[in-house]
Amino acid sequence: MSNTDFVLAVEDLTVSFDGFKAVDNLTMYIDKNELRVLVGPNGAGKTTVLDLICGKTKSTGGSIKFNNTELTKLSEHEIVRSGVGRKFQNPSIYENLTVYQNLEVSYPKGRGVFGSLTFKRTQEVEDQVRRVAADIMLTEFLDMESALLSHGQKQWLEIGMLLMQEPELLMLDEPVAGMSAKERDQTADLLNRICQNRSVIVIEHDMEFVKKIAHKVTVLHQGKILAEGPMEKVQADEKVIEVYLGH
Amino acid sequence: MTLWEKMCASDLLGGKQGVIGLAVLAAVIFLVLPLGVDIFRLNLIGKYLTYAFVAVGLVLLWGHGGILSLGQGIFFGLGGYAMAMFLKLEASDPITTKIQSTPGIPDFMDWNQLTALPWFWEPFKSLPFTIFAVLTIPALFAYIIGYAMFKRRVGGVYFSIITQAVALILSILIVGQQGYTGGVNGMTDLRTMLGWDIRTDSAKYILYYANGLLLFGAIFLSKYVMSSKFGMLLLAMRDKEERVRFSGYDVSNFKIFIFCLAAMMSAVGGAMFTLQVGFMSPSFVGIVPSIEMVIFCAVGGRASLIGAVYGTLLVNYGKTVFSETYPELWLFLMGGLFIAVVMFFPNGIAGIWDKYATKYGWFKDKAVTAKKPEVSTTGVETHAVLTETLSAEAAAATESTDVAASVKKTTRKKAAISSPNIRGAEA
Ligand SMILES: Nc1ncnc2c1ncn2[C@@H]1O[C@H](COP(=O)(O)OP(=O)(O)O)[C@@H](O)[C@H]1O
Ligand SMILES: [Mg+2]
Repeated sequence: MSNTDFVLAVEDLTVSFDGFKAVDNLTMYIDKNELRVLVGPNGAGKTTVLDLICGKTKSTGGSIKFNNTELTKLSEHEIVRSGVGRKFQNPSIYENLTVYQNLEVSYPKGRGVFGSLTFKRTQEVEDQVRRVAADIMLTEFLDMESALLSHGQKQWLEIGMLLMQEPELLMLDEPVAGMSAKERDQTADLLNRICQNRSVIVIEHDMEFVKKIAHKVTVLHQGKILAEGPMEKVQADEKVIEVYLGH
Repeated sequence: MTLWEKMCASDLLGGKQGVIGLAVLAAVIFLVLPLGVDIFRLNLIGKYLTYAFVAVGLVLLWGHGGILSLGQGIFFGLGGYAMAMFLKLEASDPITTKIQSTPGIPDFMDWNQLTALPWFWEPFKSLPFTIFAVLTIPALFAYIIGYAMFKRRVGGVYFSIITQAVALILSILIVGQQGYTGGVNGMTDLRTMLGWDIRTDSAKYILYYANGLLLFGAIFLSKYVMSSKFGMLLLAMRDKEERVRFSGYDVSNFKIFIFCLAAMMSAVGGAMFTLQVGFMSPSFVGIVPSIEMVIFCAVGGRASLIGAVYGTLLVNYGKTVFSETYPELWLFLMGGLFIAVVMFFPNGIAGIWDKYATKYGWFKDKAVTAKKPEVSTTGVETHAVLTETLSAEAAAATESTDVAASVKKTTRKKAAISSPNIRGAEA
């Protein structure tokens, strides 16, 4: 458990739900500016890994170090504040607020009760909202109630809400689920742009999409790592082929 | 810019429509009612308006925060009792009470064989302390309940039920501790405040106006909270609590704060009740009054501050009229009213008003953005709990459990169908 140069060092991570090990002795390291994709069949434990990192689920054993800080002992909001952002599998936005308000409310100032009561919309906030809106291709929709966005646009909005916080580590759970082919391409571009100065973990099923974005791929199966490495290498791995075709 | 334009442009007041709504309410409370009815009725309206403090707090807590407390009577009662203790002590000077076996203590203590003033009554000899107590003790109590529940992530239906249980326990405690609290009769025969007779007509007028001003204070404070980032976060939390938590906010602190604020407002209402009505009793603390207050808010429109005030006035007017003619029917009527509101007008009076104002283009307002809160599905759930409680009560009254259960079922179904995407009203 020594210090490392990795942004994220997951070591011997285990969680068991009533004896069922959803994540089993997992070790994984994420580099600075790396875009890692987690793949694996349904129920492999991918979402659970993100839950463990962001504190939604408490681990049974092992350690998660983010910039050499142990995350397993922090509460959810402390983990976020230390620089970890997480997008949920189902788009999770505030439907009754406008796109602008969704982004503004995610701005990382005025996070306490009294801070939020005295929070002022400064030029800085305004600029940040517009910059992110441009990134996620929603500039024209800023004043629209976000419930009216398309499914794909909702996914982008949630990514935008995370970008407002400028996280060092961004974790996206199936960000292109329910998107059209064109939207998938746009999302691939978006991810390639936003991983310039941060590390990103993406969970994805669509192999075509994975090829476009992944620096490295980790294949999970029954809570364990089956294979890890560049896309071509993993795709040629016999164990991986067996899991994917054998099921 | 003229003052009018400035007011209309202000986000705080909610644009032109918001300013007009406030102006009309002010005219009704400060001019129309005092000029239109005699002092007996005005005093009655003043009493209703003390419940409006609770309803306004519920707009913040429930309408915007999605947290349904079925125990706001706790805080109304604590505020009311704090004020009553002060007034009771003033009414119990040794000369007036010289026929008692222990002169100088409240009459009910004497009847209960107490021979000295209990220690926790001592500070209520001071008016500044009493005012301080009205503002802080209920809020502190709310903090303790809120901390214990929200930090453990107890929410939704469980929160509602626990607040209800606390209201019940408190009212039982007050009734049981007769020597300290006056028991089931409450604290009666309150007369003066620092020598000023609160029972005269002129005092009643003054208290009515003071109450109105304080109510406007509560409304403005709520408007400020709603227009701040805090207000936006409340709506966000109601919709997607996890998203807020995983955006770096400690959600429980926000819930605790809004619960305390709503409690504090209720307490001010309670204290004004005691002053205007001249007594305080446990019948304003328990489950029934707490639920009634939720109904006032629902009828007015739980997302609308001004709607909550009208809702309170209207339901209480109905209660006065009906309970005079058909007292035994009132509970059923109120239950029916609540079910009707849930099924057909989830945004209450304010929602209906909003719909027609928009339809006919009254008070067209460019400044109003898409900020209006929507009735969320969590709201539907909470409606269902309430309906359940109400029909359970009706069932207890008639012992026809199956009828109540079927009403409950259909209501829940209908509520689920009719609620999504109905735009809220903030008028
Ligand atoms: N909180 C929980 N309690 C019990 N079982 C869980 C919990 N969370 C996940 N699981 C189980 O863990 C396994 C992995 O789930 P998940 O991480 O969601 O898989 P996926 O790789 O499809 O995202 C599944 O079998 C799921 O049922
Ligand atoms: Mg998953």
